Amino acid sequence: MSTVGLISLILTSALVYSTPLILTALGGTFSERSGIVNVGLEGIMVMGAFSGIVFNLESAGRFGGWTPWIGIIVGGLVGMLFSLLHAVATVSFRADHIISGTVVNLMAPALGVFLIKVWYGKGQTDNIDSNLGYFSFPGLEDIPIIGDIFFKNTFLPAYLAIGIAIVAWYVISKTRFGLRLRSVGEHPQAADTLGVNVYLFRYSGVLLSGLLGGMGGAIFAQSISGNFSAGTIVGQGYISLAAMIFGKWNPLGAMGAAIFFGFAQSLSIIGAQLPVISSIPPVLLQIAPYLLTIIVLVLFLGRSSGPQASGKNYVKSK
Amino acid sequence: MNDRNARIRSILVPVLSVILGLIIGAILMAVFGFNPVIGYQSMLNASLGNLRSIGETLRQATPLIFTALGFSIANSAGFFNIGLSGQALCGWLASVSFALVFPDLPKVVLLPLCIIAGALAGALAAAVPGFLRAYFGTSEVIVTIMMNYVVLYLSTFILQDVMPESFRSSLDSSNRITENASLNMEGLSRFFGGSRVNAGLFLALIGLVLVWFIMKKTTLGYEIRAVGLSPNASEYAGMSSKRTIILSMVLSGTFAGLGGVVEGLGTYQNFFVQTESLSIGFDGLAVSLLGAGSSIGILLSALLFSVLQIGGLGMQTGAGVPFEIVNVVIALIIFFVAISYIMRVLLAKIMPDKRKEEVVQNLESTSGKQDGKGGGL
Repeated sequence: MSTVGLISLILTSALVYSTPLILTALGGTFSERSGIVNVGLEGIMVMGAFSGIVFNLESAGRFGGWTPWIGIIVGGLVGMLFSLLHAVATVSFRADHIISGTVVNLMAPALGVFLIKVWYGKGQTDNIDSNLGYFSFPGLEDIPIIGDIFFKNTFLPAYLAIGIAIVAWYVISKTRFGLRLRSVGEHPQAADTLGVNVYLFRYSGVLLSGLLGGMGGAIFAQSISGNFSAGTIVGQGYISLAAMIFGKWNPLGAMGAAIFFGFAQSLSIIGAQLPVISSIPPVLLQIAPYLLTIIVLVLFLGRSSGPQASGKNYVKSK
Repeated sequence: MNDRNARIRSILVPVLSVILGLIIGAILMAVFGFNPVIGYQSMLNASLGNLRSIGETLRQATPLIFTALGFSIANSAGFFNIGLSGQALCGWLASVSFALVFPDLPKVVLLPLCIIAGALAGALAAAVPGFLRAYFGTSEVIVTIMMNYVVLYLSTFILQDVMPESFRSSLDSSNRITENASLNMEGLSRFFGGSRVNAGLFLALIGLVLVWFIMKKTTLGYEIRAVGLSPNASEYAGMSSKRTIILSMVLSGTFAGLGGVVEGLGTYQNFFVQTESLSIGFDGLAVSLLGAGSSIGILLSALLFSVLQIGGLGMQTGAGVPFEIVNVVIALIIFFVAISYIMRVLLAKIMPDKRKEEVVQNLESTSGKQDGKGGGL
C-alpha cells in the first residue's frame, strides 16, 4: 500500500470510529455543564442505535440514499426522549445521578431487544441495506495528496460532528444560553438568585445529551455494526464519558479526545493491515482506550475538575 | 408513633417500587399483545413451581448476594463500585484457573485454595481503583467502569493465549474443573430435582452474616461507615481515610470476586469466553440498592431478582413474552428506588401522621444526597 493510501486508510477509519464518540461526548459536556452527571450515555447510544436501525430497515424503500441521514435524526430524537427519564429523575425527583444513569444503561438494551423480538421475532435485526457509506467532496478530492487523504472516499458524518463540536464550543462559551448553562452547573444558588431557571437549564443540558448521544448511537449502528442487537454498543458511551473528562468539559477538548479514542478503537480493527501495529497483540489495542483513560485521569487530572455543582441536586429554598 | 410511621415508610418504598415496576411491566406486556396474567403466572411457575425450579432460583440468587454485598460495603464508605462485573470475572477466572493448575490436590485443600484465589483476584481488581482514589483522587466510578472492559478483554486473552492448550476444551471454553475443586453437592442437587444449586448458597448465607458482623460490630466497619458519613470528620477523629478507602474497596472486591467464584466452581464448573460484562455485576448493584444495603434486605431482594430472572426464562417459553421484559422491570424497580424522595413525600402526605406537615417539610428541604463531593466525576 502506498504511503498516502495508508494514511488515508488510517484517517478514514479513525474518523468512522470517532464520529459517534465526538457527538456523544459533546452531549455529555452539555449535561455536566448544567450540573447533571450522565453515566447513562451508553444507554442513550443504545436507544439511538436501536431506533436508527429500525427506521432504516422500515423506510429504506421510501427515502433511498437519505435514509441513514434521517435515521440519525430519528436516533437523536429517540435518544432525547429517553434521556427525559434521567432528567426527570435527577432534576425534578432528586435521584442520585449515578444510580439514575445506571438505570438508563440497564433499561436501554433490555427495552431495545424486547421490541426487536416483538417486531421481528428474533433477537437481532437484519443488516441494513442503506448505510452511511463513503463520500468524496466534489472538487476538493482532486487536490493532490491532501485531497486523497482528507476528501476522497471519506466519512461525511465525521465532518458534520466536527462542525457540531465547533458550534457547541461557541454556544457554551460565547452565548447567553451557554453562560447560563454553565452558571447552573457551577453555582445553582447564585444563578437562581439572578433569575436563571435552574431546572429549565438542567433539563436542556440533559436533553441535549440525549439528542447528541442518540445521534452518535444511530451513526455507530448505521456505519459500523449495520444491525441492532444487545451487543451493538459495547462501551462506546463510557468511552465518550471518558473523552469528555479527558477534554476537560470543553467541547473542543472533548472532540480531540474523542478523535484520539476513535483512532485507538479503529487500530484494533485495521491494525492487522498496518506495519508495526500488526505485531502488537490485539488485546492490547482492544484495552488501550480504557487503560489510557485510567492513566490520563491519574496523570493529568487527579482530583476531578469538572463543574463545581456537577452531581449535586439543586433544591430551591423557599 | 411518628417514628413507627417513618420506619413503615422506609419499608414501603422498596415494596412499592417492586409493585410499580411489575405493574408497568404488565402494561408493557398488554400493549404488545401479551396477556400479563399468563405472563406472570408462567413466571412464578417457572421459578417456584417445583423443587427443581426452586433450586435454580436459589442458585441464581447465590452470586447476586455476593455482588450485592460487595456493592453495599463500598457504598457504606461513600463509593460507587461499578466494577463488580470485572471483579467477579477476575474471581471466576482465577478460581477456575487455580483448579486447572492443581487438579489432583485433595478436596479439603484445593477447594478452599480455589475460593481464596478467586476472592484475592476480586480484591486485587478493586484495590486498583481504591488505591487511585485514595492517593490521586481519581473517580472510582470512571476507573471501575473502565476496568470492567479491561478485565473483560483480558480474560478472553488469558483463556485463548495464555492458558496452555491442554487446559481448554475449545477455543472458547476451558476444561471442566475436577470434583475436588467443585462446589457441587450431590445430595443438595438431587433434593432440588437435579438443579445446579450448590454449596455456594451456604457460603453466601455465611457472607450475609459476616458482612452484617463486620459493618455493625467491628472497628473497621465503624470506620467505613464513618468515612461514608463524613470523610473530614473521621479524618479529624484520627482515622486514616486513605486506608479506609482502600480497605473498603478491597473488601467490596473480595465479595464481588466470590460472586464469580460460585459461578465458576458452582454453576458452570469451567470458564468460557464472555462477550459482555457479567450481568451479576449490575444486577448485584440493583439488588443492593433495592435491599437498602442491609443483609436481610439483600437476601430478600436477591431472591426476588432470581425469581424474576429464572421466571423470565419460563415466561419466554410459557407465554411467549421476550425474556428482556424482566430486565426492563428490574431497571424500573431501581428507577423507583432512585426517586424514593418523591415517593416518601407522597407517602408522608397520604399516611396518617400527627406531624405530617413537619415530615413533608423536612423531606422537601433536604436534598436527596448531598455528599459534598461535587466536581463531577
